[in-house]
Amino acid sequence: MGGSRLRLERLWHVARYLPLVWASLRRRRLRTAFTIGSIFIAFMLYALAGAMERAFERGVQQAGADRLMVQHKVSFILPLPESYLNRVRSVDGVLRVSSANWIGGYIKDIREQVPTFPVQAEAYLAMYPEFEIPRAQREAFLADRTGLLAGRAVAQAYGWKVGDVVPIKSEIYRRKDGSNVWDVTVRAIFDVRDGGDSRQLLLHYDYFNETLSDAQRDRIGWVMVQVPRPEQAPAVARRIDALFANSPAETKTQTEKAMTQGFMKQIGSIGAILGAVVTAVFFTMLLVSANTMAQSVRERTNEIGVLKTLGFGNGTILSLVLAESVLITAIGGILGMGAAWLLGLQLAIALQRFLPGFEVTPTTLVQGLVWVVMLGLVAGIWPAIQAMRLKIVDALRRD
Amino acid sequence: MQPLIHLRDLVKEYRRGTERLRVLDGLSLEIGEGEFVALMGPSGSGKSTLLNLLGGLDRMTSGELTIGGLAIGELPDAALARWRADHVGFVFQMYNLLPVLTAEANVELPLLLSDLPAAERRRRARAALTLVGLEDRLSHRPRELSGGQEQRVGIARAIVSDPTLLLCDEPTGDLDRKSGDEILDLLQELNRQHGKTILMVTHDPRAAARATRQLHLDKGVLHAEVR
Repeated sequence: MGGSRLRLERLWHVARYLPLVWASLRRRRLRTAFTIGSIFIAFMLYALAGAMERAFERGVQQAGADRLMVQHKVSFILPLPESYLNRVRSVDGVLRVSSANWIGGYIKDIREQVPTFPVQAEAYLAMYPEFEIPRAQREAFLADRTGLLAGRAVAQAYGWKVGDVVPIKSEIYRRKDGSNVWDVTVRAIFDVRDGGDSRQLLLHYDYFNETLSDAQRDRIGWVMVQVPRPEQAPAVARRIDALFANSPAETKTQTEKAMTQGFMKQIGSIGAILGAVVTAVFFTMLLVSANTMAQSVRERTNEIGVLKTLGFGNGTILSLVLAESVLITAIGGILGMGAAWLLGLQLAIALQRFLPGFEVTPTTLVQGLVWVVMLGLVAGIWPAIQAMRLKIVDALRRD
Repeated sequence: MQPLIHLRDLVKEYRRGTERLRVLDGLSLEIGEGEFVALMGPSGSGKSTLLNLLGGLDRMTSGELTIGGLAIGELPDAALARWRADHVGFVFQMYNLLPVLTAEANVELPLLLSDLPAAERRRRARAALTLVGLEDRLSHRPRELSGGQEQRVGIARAIVSDPTLLLCDEPTGDLDRKSGDEILDLLQELNRQHGKTILMVTHDPRAAARATRQLHLDKGVLHAEVR
């Protein structure tokens, strides 16, 4: 009780200096505005980069621990023989299997690819219970070999409804007749539990495979395996890889989570570059703020001498300079993160098809506030110490 | 009259490279409470150094210095700052007001160090500005005031915390004659009617004549005293 009262009194005591700190900021308005502007941009980038990182990580979070991915040992992009599907199915501990191919699918513009996978539909849907599909639509999709299961995000983006015949194009695969278009019928539209990523299209593998040229037929991208219990996954993975050891196409089996992380790592390098840019911007911003504070203190040497003459102690002078530094970063940082939040609301809608899960979260904003205070303190500490150490007589001599 | 300030064998030396420069050389002096003392002397005679030592802005090299019975030279930095806030008001030649603050906020500055609530701080700042005749300039910034008005704000800031001692470093040095006379009238009023002890450094004999006692300092030594 006494402690909290003491803290309140201290806070009240500090608050009385705020007009003085605020007035100091208004001394060189243009310089303050430029400094705040640089901080604004740094923190806006920080919050938007956080939103992007969240979107990247979301896929990893959704990956199941009881699902394994079997891929070519050399590279994720090399195909496996279709026969592997049945051989994997026979491995002890395997509950279900389905294959999937990355076909580089798109609808209109090749630059707007939509994750499209030909799969063993029944097994696949059994392995992914998080896909929520109305029962009738599910049955209609399973019954139609040329049917398409579309994620809600894609269906909304292209204005599809059940029954529409839509053209799926591939930048990788070709039909026997040389065309790269598959006209399929939208039989079902799915959502993903807990608002997960529904930016996917699923085709029937058998139909898709039949249409391919001989050179591309009977090849699968990877095999998805479901095991009864997550703890069985490592042993099953070892057994699968042992099965194909010393074959022309050796396999690498890992949990879906690990594979997604690996895949995301490739996309994540964009995130890493973004992170590096944000770090560089932060560092530059730190130098700009520190320079502003150093200049500001240098220009006010005489005034600091006057304040000390009036009885302001060294600790108070130190606190005043630090408060000024933190106030500058706080104004720029809070405005920057506020702008990022508003921008994030718009971007989340615009990027729904490409980056579902893009969101400036409260956690990012709270962490940003911690950065605001830390950067303010770091930028201000050296000028503050210089101001604190200033001898009154020397300070008053400089005018 | 009780001596407020007591100096004995006060020495102040500065180092310039390997050389020691003695600015005050064994100064002994007493100033009573309620006195108005003018300190005169040529440039470099040690006037401002003496003022700085009396105000606790600098440390003496040796000797005795007590103000109000307190040996201020022995106080640590924080206590000395507190003592300055409570007991001394400073008036500078160049006013030294904070340009970003209004007259009222400038005067309120020393009170920020007290525990007074904001309303009381403002009331006292306004009272001080009224005393110096600037009650209609509360919200003016220094650049919007004349030199004489700026110095009045400086005096209001010096007296707002009701200090015992006013130290004035050439308070009329940057003012025209009329404004200078008004400032000297004000200082006399503070001395006579409010009992403030004033030590004023000046080059101007007309200003010094307003004091009740004149001291002449040359090369760090007191040479003459006129009462």
